[in-house]
Amino acid sequence: MTLIGRRVPLPLLGAGLVTAAVVALPAVFVLAEAGGVGWAQARTLLLRSTVVHLLGSTAALTGAVTALCIVVGVAAAWCTERTDLPGARTWRVLVVLPVAIPEFVSGYSWVSLTRAVYGFGGAVLISTLSLYPLVYLPVAAMLRGRDPTQDQVARSLGLGPGAVFRRVTLPQILPALLGGALIVGLHLLGEYGAFAIVRYPTFATEIFTEYNLGFDPGAAALLSVVLIVLCVALLGGETRLTGAARQARIGGGAARQVSPVRLGRLTVPVLAGFAGLATLALGVPIGSLGYWLIRGGSTTLPPASIWAAAGYTLTLGAAAAAAATLLALPVALLAVRHHGRLTVMLERSTYLARALPGVVVALALVFFALHYVPIVYQSAPLLILAYAVLFLPLALIALRATLTQIPPGLAEMGRSLGRLPITVLVRVTLPLLGPGLAAAAALVFLSTTTELTATLLLRPTGLQTLATQFWVYTSGLAYGAAAPYAALMVAVSALPTYLLTRRIDPLSASAT
Amino acid sequence: MMWTIRVRTMLSAWVVLALAGLLVVAGCGSAPSTQGAAGQTITVYSGQHEQTAQMLVAGFTAATGIKVALRSGGEAELANQILQEGSASPADVFYAENPPALEALREKNLLSPVDAATLSAVPAAYDSPQGQWVGVSARSAALVFNTAATSEAQLPASVLDMAGPAWKGKFGYAPTETDFQPVLTAVAKLKGTDVVKQWLADLKANAKVYPDNETLVAAVNSGEIATGLIDHYYWYRLQRELGPDKTASALHYFGPGDPGSLVDVSGAGVLASSKNNAAAQKFLAYLVSKPAQTIIGTSDSYEYPLGSGVITSQPLRPLDQLHPPALSVADLGDGRSSLAMLQQAGLL
Repeated sequence: MTLIGRRVPLPLLGAGLVTAAVVALPAVFVLAEAGGVGWAQARTLLLRSTVVHLLGSTAALTGAVTALCIVVGVAAAWCTERTDLPGARTWRVLVVLPVAIPEFVSGYSWVSLTRAVYGFGGAVLISTLSLYPLVYLPVAAMLRGRDPTQDQVARSLGLGPGAVFRRVTLPQILPALLGGALIVGLHLLGEYGAFAIVRYPTFATEIFTEYNLGFDPGAAALLSVVLIVLCVALLGGETRLTGAARQARIGGGAARQVSPVRLGRLTVPVLAGFAGLATLALGVPIGSLGYWLIRGGSTTLPPASIWAAAGYTLTLGAAAAAAATLLALPVALLAVRHHGRLTVMLERSTYLARALPGVVVALALVFFALHYVPIVYQSAPLLILAYAVLFLPLALIALRATLTQIPPGLAEMGRSLGRLPITVLVRVTLPLLGPGLAAAAALVFLSTTTELTATLLLRPTGLQTLATQFWVYTSGLAYGAAAPYAALMVAVSALPTYLLTRRIDPLSASAT
Repeated sequence: MMWTIRVRTMLSAWVVLALAGLLVVAGCGSAPSTQGAAGQTITVYSGQHEQTAQMLVAGFTAATGIKVALRSGGEAELANQILQEGSASPADVFYAENPPALEALREKNLLSPVDAATLSAVPAAYDSPQGQWVGVSARSAALVFNTAATSEAQLPASVLDMAGPAWKGKFGYAPTETDFQPVLTAVAKLKGTDVVKQWLADLKANAKVYPDNETLVAAVNSGEIATGLIDHYYWYRLQRELGPDKTASALHYFGPGDPGSLVDVSGAGVLASSKNNAAAQKFLAYLVSKPAQTIIGTSDSYEYPLGSGVITSQPLRPLDQLHPPALSVADLGDGRSSLAMLQQAGLL
């Protein structure tokens, strides 16, 4: 493998390096802060029985949830994209929506519904139900953008649906699947709110404690280093599994109507499965919101400012989606189109911030902004940058998965015809990348609408989003007053999810 | 190809939308921070009950003409934020929930002395011993119990007894809450290190851990657990939300001088780096004035007002009928020692 692959255009390499530098800020901050902790304190902090225990519980949870998310996400994606599932378009929206429900909302709903969710089982259930869309979205985008005729050819050669899936479909969706699984794993390392509610302590819980009770940034940073190490291990695993898996097809859509796999007698059980998934992942939290809306003693007509909060949530989400996708694009192009040791390392480094709890990332940006660009401190652009840093990996996996499917020959042909690389990028690569860009933006938007920790620390003073207002009311135990904000959070996310699943539907386009 | 055209249209629409979004957000973002030509603006970082803080801010602006940019968050997150910001902090005032958050800033010399007149409006026991922050309101530790599971007569006079085997599985607490630290420190100060070690070991063996007091008080009310150690106002806020008919719990106060009867203070301080020191001092003076203390005494925060002789109108046991242990704010420290105790006990 060469260092940076073939003929890297310098502007592209420069853009990729800028992204990597920005996203590395939290990790740099953590290492610098941890460096200030003395050996004695470091030993007492790291060599505690609690730490060993937490490492075990974090690893067990990460393994179980990631595996379940793969099963649920891939099965749902295959059914909605490749079969004659009745109401597939509606299901496409419904299976993605749980991402728009904040984990502190779903965690609270489950706890108020049944006490059985405390501990490991509950943590696995609640995390799986809110995270499987992170596998579903890139896999579905991959299936949608992929030429389905290969499946048909395999079937015509006598392979059953199971064998077609295993031998044709699975190898092609593998990059998307592994990317999604990686994001799920990294998210679990840094997640705090939901696990605190179901009382399942993880490493992130411990980091929050150092901040909350000790006011000791050094100790918190030292524990965050452990998360960085775990993150590097996950990245290494995914790199090995992905390998140089590259899929290519000729043509941008091959405009051929392909008959979907018939579910036949399986239709009813599959429909029941989808209904069950929607009930657990959407029905429970939305039902609990409805209950508080009707029964809560603090329920009043929400103030007019709720629309302003919704507006800020929308615009911040759109801007963050744009920023993260733009920052991720050069990294994805470098990693896929100019595959080399340096470019792969550059791409890997952009995942590090995802494994850190939001509070660590936010405090890192507080530090860097105030010391180097004080003018942007507590301004919307800095908050958008924070979202981009936090959620860039989501954009990256969607882009990377789609890019691996576009044959590099098309872009090379463009260049051989004398076009500038930028022209080739805009006229050839980007249009083919459509579903990937849409999935990238959707993932970032949906995650941004529910983000709380970084928003509280970095927002312009006085700016309220739906998530911050929801937090204000629930921390005062005013669940009735909080419910409309959570409901709007879901509604705001529903619209883009719906539009995205419609606009990039290749079947409706190829019908003309 | 139709499909490609659609994608391209969608992409350009999206780019335009995103750029517009960036512009709008940048415009809106800078709006709140611009100062009105009419007067001065101070920035208040508040870890307090948001609705009460907003009423206080509105009252202050009406009385003085000074505008307030209110930034609400968790008190610990805000204290950590100020620690990172250091002398570049945009905050003029930090209004906390518990002394440790303020003490952490004082130790780093990030607070400046409070005006003597402001300090004298509140009994000296509730102020920073060094005069670096002023007590604004107070809360009492208390035991919430499910009225179907147990009765007042069965409850002990000391929080120490709640850790014993008799209450195994029937007592909940939230060790990661900033509200639990002062109680733990009080046990250590009043009873000594050996007792506190044993108490923590017993808690680990017998008591149930909750992530926060909001969850704990709701769990007791629903009968999930019989009793829980909270601050009194959590129960009042829950009762307000559920209504009396769905309240299946009540408050029990521990005996006089018990660590479980600790009264803890919410205070506010002026940042040493503030460029609006005079206006920030006025805000503190307002917080302990009669109008502000009346707002606190009648608001949904259900805390005890401390200053200017205001007595709460809420259905609370009056402050002068509480019998907290004789501990000063200095005795309760910055919380780091209680964190070390929790870590040594293997609870964190």
